[in-house]
Amino acid sequence: MGLDKNQIAKRIAQELKDGYYVNLGIGIPTLVANYVPENIEVTLQSENGLLGIGPFPTPNKVEADLINAGKQTVTYVDGASFFDSATSFAMIRGGHVDLTILGAFEVSEEGDIASWKVPGKLVKGMGGAMDLVASAKNIIVAMQHSNKGQSKILKKCTLPLTGVKCVKRIVTDLAVMDVTPNGFKLLERAPGVTVEEIIAATEGKLIIEGEIPEMKL
Amino acid sequence: MNKVVKNAEEAIKGMSDNMTVMFGGFGLCGIPENVIRVLAQTQIKGLVCISNNCGVDDFGLGFLLKNKQIRKMVASYVGENAEFERQMLSGELEVELNPQGTLAERIRAGGAGIPAFFVPAGYGTEVAIGKEEREFNGKMHILEHALTADFAVVKAWKGDTNGNLIYKYTASNFNNMMAMAGKITIAEVEELVPAGQLDPNFIHTPGIFVQRIFQGVNYEKRIEQVTTSNPK
Repeated sequence: MGLDKNQIAKRIAQELKDGYYVNLGIGIPTLVANYVPENIEVTLQSENGLLGIGPFPTPNKVEADLINAGKQTVTYVDGASFFDSATSFAMIRGGHVDLTILGAFEVSEEGDIASWKVPGKLVKGMGGAMDLVASAKNIIVAMQHSNKGQSKILKKCTLPLTGVKCVKRIVTDLAVMDVTPNGFKLLERAPGVTVEEIIAATEGKLIIEGEIPEMKL
Repeated sequence: MNKVVKNAEEAIKGMSDNMTVMFGGFGLCGIPENVIRVLAQTQIKGLVCISNNCGVDDFGLGFLLKNKQIRKMVASYVGENAEFERQMLSGELEVELNPQGTLAERIRAGGAGIPAFFVPAGYGTEVAIGKEEREFNGKMHILEHALTADFAVVKAWKGDTNGNLIYKYTASNFNNMMAMAGKITIAEVEELVPAGQLDPNFIHTPGIFVQRIFQGVNYEKRIEQVTTSNPK
């Protein structure tokens, strides 16, 4: 039960507003680009130095010098611009990017996020994630609610943190929740998923007020 | 003034053991292939390398890693390299991971003569350990120090004999700031032209930052992930 990755992306796309500059992380967030509503215009930022990401190129248009932050070949849209990494993070750190959407291993009820490191296991690095979460005006996390029965929506993160008190909204396979001073506020549930199932999958404090509507996808 | 050198061999003259060297590029995009290739054929070792990534197992800085020429790596993301992970976990390789924007700004600051600065990235995480913290405008920040290098090695699309550089698409990435932060900056370019042939309105890196320049050969420009869509 619950949403698949594309459905999570589709739900998150409803958060986009006309004129937004948006940074999409690797994984589910990248899929959000496929569901931008037709009546609005958003500009996608790639932190390696591109404002105005276009779709993947056709095979004859692949260009080694034109990639996104996930190192995938991309194209650019009309009105795009290219710049160096310091300028790119000036956009991010300076609060010029309206919305950041990224994945996570865990989030806490205080809005902390862990997304970059599993001690003793894989060594990858934080890339731009720490800069993004520390400075974005608005952060939406796309993630799985739990993994093998273990909740990832926690009182406190167990893994090394990417940032503290920064997550605003979370969209999982089961629910949409906001991080509030009092805990996770349940806003919507995935089609066919009950409030009880969400409670069972959530370790952190969950606030449930009134009837919780189903997501409209 | 003569900044033009013949090739990568001549460009790296004076590079020696235990030096700090910056390498431009993001992933394999915009990396100085010629210098890396030649450096991997030397006995130079103990290098402190500053680069956003460390190549892949069989390309880019992965060559230097395989030869154990790198003592310490300052980077932000190293996920595409199994040998890197092995050397890091075994303790053979010292690694300092930085938030990407912090890394970029540390290099820019180094080139711009700013010794240190405060950023919010990394506050409350292990990146902040041992660093001064201060609140500005109600938000916590940590103190980060500038980075400079004995050599900075960058790759550009076009360059002229005065060292002016132009990058292509997203291949500017770390190259533009690193050019500013090297005591000696080497630029390898795909096309080298006489001064006066590049439009000064469209220079990305002004020539003052570049000490040595040459036209590279045999660019492989490997792509990490070829992703395509179907023609309509």
